[in-house]
Amino acid sequence: MSEAALEPQTDAPKMVARDVRVHYGTKLALKGIDLEIPAGQVTALIGPSGCGKSTFLRCLNRMNDTIVGASVTGTVTLDGEPVYGPLKGGMGGIDPVLLRMRVGIVFQKPNPFPKTIYDNVAFGPRIHTLFTDKPDLDRIVETALEKAGLWNEVKDRLHEMGTGLSGGQQQRLCIARAIAVNPEVILMDEPCSALDPIATGKIEELMDELRETYTLVIVTHSMQQAARVSQQTAFFHLGEMIEVGETAQIFTAPSHQLTQGYITGRFG
Amino acid sequence: MIGANHIVKSYDDELKKLHDALARMSGLAEVQLRSAMEALDKRDSDLASRVMNDDGKVDECEHFVNEQTVRLLALRAPVADDLRMVIASLKVAADLERIADHAANAAKRSLVLNQMPQVSPMRSLVRMGKLVQTLLAEVLGAFLSHDAERALAVRSRDQEVDDLYSSLFREILTYMMEDPRTITSCSHLMFIAKNIERIGDHATNIAEMTYFRVTGRSLNDQRPKRDTSAFEGGVLPE
Ligand SMILES: Nc1ncnc2c1ncn2[C@@H]1O[C@H](COP(=O)(O)OP(=O)(O)OP(=O)(O)O)[C@@H](O)[C@H]1O
Ligand SMILES: [Mg+2]
Repeated sequence: MSEAALEPQTDAPKMVARDVRVHYGTKLALKGIDLEIPAGQVTALIGPSGCGKSTFLRCLNRMNDTIVGASVTGTVTLDGEPVYGPLKGGMGGIDPVLLRMRVGIVFQKPNPFPKTIYDNVAFGPRIHTLFTDKPDLDRIVETALEKAGLWNEVKDRLHEMGTGLSGGQQQRLCIARAIAVNPEVILMDEPCSALDPIATGKIEELMDELRETYTLVIVTHSMQQAARVSQQTAFFHLGEMIEVGETAQIFTAPSHQLTQGYITGRFG
Repeated sequence: MIGANHIVKSYDDELKKLHDALARMSGLAEVQLRSAMEALDKRDSDLASRVMNDDGKVDECEHFVNEQTVRLLALRAPVADDLRMVIASLKVAADLERIADHAANAAKRSLVLNQMPQVSPMRSLVRMGKLVQTLLAEVLGAFLSHDAERALAVRSRDQEVDDLYSSLFREILTYMMEDPRTITSCSHLMFIAKNIERIGDHATNIAEMTYFRVTGRSLNDQRPKRDTSAFEGGVLPE
């Protein structure tokens, strides 16, 4: 039986991208991407440097809006709702601030704010006023740190600086910060590239737990990581999506020669 | 198969070593079968003894292939067609080792047969041996050249071996009933026939592995089996 057949299947995809193109000035960085992100699964985006993985990831929560010169066309939906609206600059879709709460992002380099551990996690709930009183906020912070697998390591030092943690702990702090606003989708751009194998193992384990509650999309340069954590893998090359499929299929019998060349380490 | 080389050259070298070991082992197994059949046909006891002695060479090859695949799995974490190559090599090496065992077994029995007068079902046995040699050569060629079509063609011919085996089985039975003095030699022939039939099955396994190695899909539909000799008043030696 195939791996995917064992996964709980929700029929409607969580997010859908149709003919997504991104220009940076005149340079076409994404050449019309069609991809469905299944709910409750980890989707891995792989491909050589510069192929547009991060660009695509940023389309999913409109982070490209913040980049000068970037323009996005095509459609992206979240639960069927258009992320980009018909108005100038994509306005008229889901409010970008609200969108980024529903679709959180964790970057390659752990980037905790220069604040305490507590304040890092409480940041989102505070700006979106997602809590009723102090004990409620305490509870949200604890739950998020718990889910990020960091609570036991920091529960006695919540008021120390987040920047004082180790790299792996900082990354889990950033994940806790993303979780604290109760998102639906979490995007991770090479979340483990700065981490040692133990910290990487913890984050991978975490991804596996997180997908029970959230939908995950990760960019990774580690073939083994993509194979270990994801259920769906999409291969990007020079701004195009060459192939997408069940992860086990991609890593045993990819259908495209370019995918094969890349994952087996034969890329010229 | 992908033409380009790996970025890490030593990876290519290791995969090539594995491929070369399989090629060497294939050649050895073919020679073992051919010599065993020749020893039987020509009543050549020296050749039969040589086949028995050379079985160790095939075992050594298998040992090397096993070590090399474990090494590749541990150090290179192969994926896609590299992974299929490693897995298929491991399984094909096991089939080749069994094929050589069956050949050595047949050679051992031919030593005994050479002490007795020749019996006529021998001709059919040699014919069955020829067919299996052809299929083995075909399937090994297919495996080493990544030719799924050719492998499928071999697989579809396994029925011919089974049919020959069934008819040979009846022929030997009849012969024994007509002349009970031939029972000893005929029983040895029967066992040799079984050895050859099993080699045919291993050739089919290699065909299926070749198909997987090339396409990434496994052939799991059952081939039709029409060997009815077991139901015709005889107990089939397994
Ligand atoms: N802010 C930007 N301004 C101009 N060009 C950009 C910008 N960001 C990315 N690009 C270009 O768009 C293309 C895709 O970049 P992107 O960062 O999405 O690639 P990537 O697949 O994430 O690569 P990596 O694996 O190295 O992170 C590249 O050619 C890159 O140079
Ligand atoms: Mg990137």
